[in-house]
Amino acid sequence: MAQNIAVKVDDLTVAYNYKPVLWDIDLEIPEGVLMAIVGPNGAGKSTLIKSILGILPPIAGSVTIYGKPYKKQRSLVAYVPQKGSVDWDFPTTALDVVMMGTYGSLGWIKRPRQKEKKAALEALEKVGMLAFKSRQISQLSGGQQQRIFLARALVQNASIYFMDEPFQGVDATTEIAIINILKELRKAGKTVIVVHHDLQTVPEYFDWVTFLNVKKIATGPVKDIFNDDNLTKTYGINYKVSIQE
Amino acid sequence: MSLNEYFSLVFSDYTLRTITLGTAILGAVCGMLGSFAVLRKQSLLGDAISHAALPGIAIAFLITGAKDSNTLLLGALVSGLIGTFWIKGITSKTHLKSDTALGLILSLFFGFGMLLLTYIQKQPNANQAGLDKYLFGQAATLVESDVWLMAVVTGLCLFVILLFWKEFKILLFDPDYTKTLGFNTRIIDILITSFIVLAIVLGLQTVGVVLMSAMLLAPAAAARQWTNSLSTMVILACIFGALSGVFGTAISASQNNLSTGPVIVLVASVFVLFSFIFSPSRGVLFRQLRFIKNRRDLEQHKTLAFMYHIAKTHDNISHPHTIKILNNFQGFTRGTLQKLVKKNYVELDGNMWSLTDDGFKKASNLYNQQNNE
Repeated sequence: MAQNIAVKVDDLTVAYNYKPVLWDIDLEIPEGVLMAIVGPNGAGKSTLIKSILGILPPIAGSVTIYGKPYKKQRSLVAYVPQKGSVDWDFPTTALDVVMMGTYGSLGWIKRPRQKEKKAALEALEKVGMLAFKSRQISQLSGGQQQRIFLARALVQNASIYFMDEPFQGVDATTEIAIINILKELRKAGKTVIVVHHDLQTVPEYFDWVTFLNVKKIATGPVKDIFNDDNLTKTYGINYKVSIQE
Repeated sequence: MSLNEYFSLVFSDYTLRTITLGTAILGAVCGMLGSFAVLRKQSLLGDAISHAALPGIAIAFLITGAKDSNTLLLGALVSGLIGTFWIKGITSKTHLKSDTALGLILSLFFGFGMLLLTYIQKQPNANQAGLDKYLFGQAATLVESDVWLMAVVTGLCLFVILLFWKEFKILLFDPDYTKTLGFNTRIIDILITSFIVLAIVLGLQTVGVVLMSAMLLAPAAAARQWTNSLSTMVILACIFGALSGVFGTAISASQNNLSTGPVIVLVASVFVLFSFIFSPSRGVLFRQLRFIKNRRDLEQHKTLAFMYHIAKTHDNISHPHTIKILNNFQGFTRGTLQKLVKKNYVELDGNMWSLTDDGFKKASNLYNQQNNE
């Protein structure tokens, strides 16, 4: 399999205080995979994404996107933060939040215009939220808010998507809608990296998986490495998951 | 002087005009920047900044020995900025939470400032009298050049806000995401914070160290109640702030010896109180009314639905039943029954009730809606 490496992480170590949250992570994510990052609470899943994206400064290590430092490749990368990381009572509308996805390509000072608005409306339509474009964001349900975040990332038209628990607190309908969009992205050759909690759905949703618990336990195709052995190593207890075909 | 006299004099009398203009501009710029502070959940930062400015005023006086307001405000600006960035430093570099850092810096700087003030008061320099006016402010000391300075800073502030509107907005909403888009969030942050410090320092002469944070927060908190758009909120906060300034000055000028700063703050608080109660979408009053109305509607609908289930077992939907049956149904009250009668859904005949055609239709539709959901 001669695939391009989309994201390469070398010796990444991150600590908030004294105890490292991530220790010496080496990771290669091939282009075009739909990858889950799994691990117990406090394993550093969100931290891994945040330090790849430069939100948290690492103690050591480097990150390259298609062979170049992340800072030079920002336009290729989109981020969907955890829904709970922002205040949804902020005075703004759904469309306005999605428009924020265009701010990066606009750069400083320049205002979004018709072109950006059109892109935002298209993204809203893709996530099935066009009817809610003028809705104040606090009046959206949790699942709708998550879709808005997803639309904001879609607008960036990136090659690599990092998502922090996009399925958290959403109902079954939204979960299916979101996973369909992720699968579409993969079909279009994009790389999608998702912090994921629900082990049951890993084989159904993803084709690539990384086990993480401060250190990297394993990474590779779901069909090869998603097994009781790695789960036990990651979660520290005798974990048995029945893998459904 | 009565309020009427005030408003007839405000355009002709130099002093009144200066003070009114000054407080109005101050209110506007504070409202504008206060919106950002409130939305960043940094409401208390203003309080810390204004208190942190006090030692700067004292030190500036000690160095120059003169009471020139511009020099003193420069001192206030410097120590306000030092205090602010100390707070930021403490929050990011230690385990202390931001409220602790705020409290710490506030009391440390304010204590030091008070110490310097008492030291200055013991000095033979005759100039020292009146420095303590900065504690509660004295609008009467405003002169034309002060107002010009306020106007220039406000203009500059407006310009910067318009220029970096998009950057400010996204930083307020989602700082982490802003970083991933390639914006330097530190620069945006420093820009907003510096302007907040500047606005506070400008207000010290008028409103004073102790009450200054209210000027920042009150108009913004009031404005938030009326709108769900950031731009409207900022504009409204500006207007509320300016009106607080004008009415505060008017009231204090028409009632002799009322200190202007506190009156302005009280007027601003009236705006807040009014907005919290009477805002149509977020206000306490209408929310409570909506809540009660929803409950009543639901009670009626449930009662109607209960009647429908009984009525539909009969060939004639208007077949009368005793009211007693309804007692089996928990949500039932005489009041609801009366309301249903008034709406022509139900007819009463002594101890018997019967559904009308309208009522039956309404109830069956209710039932369908529930099923479809």
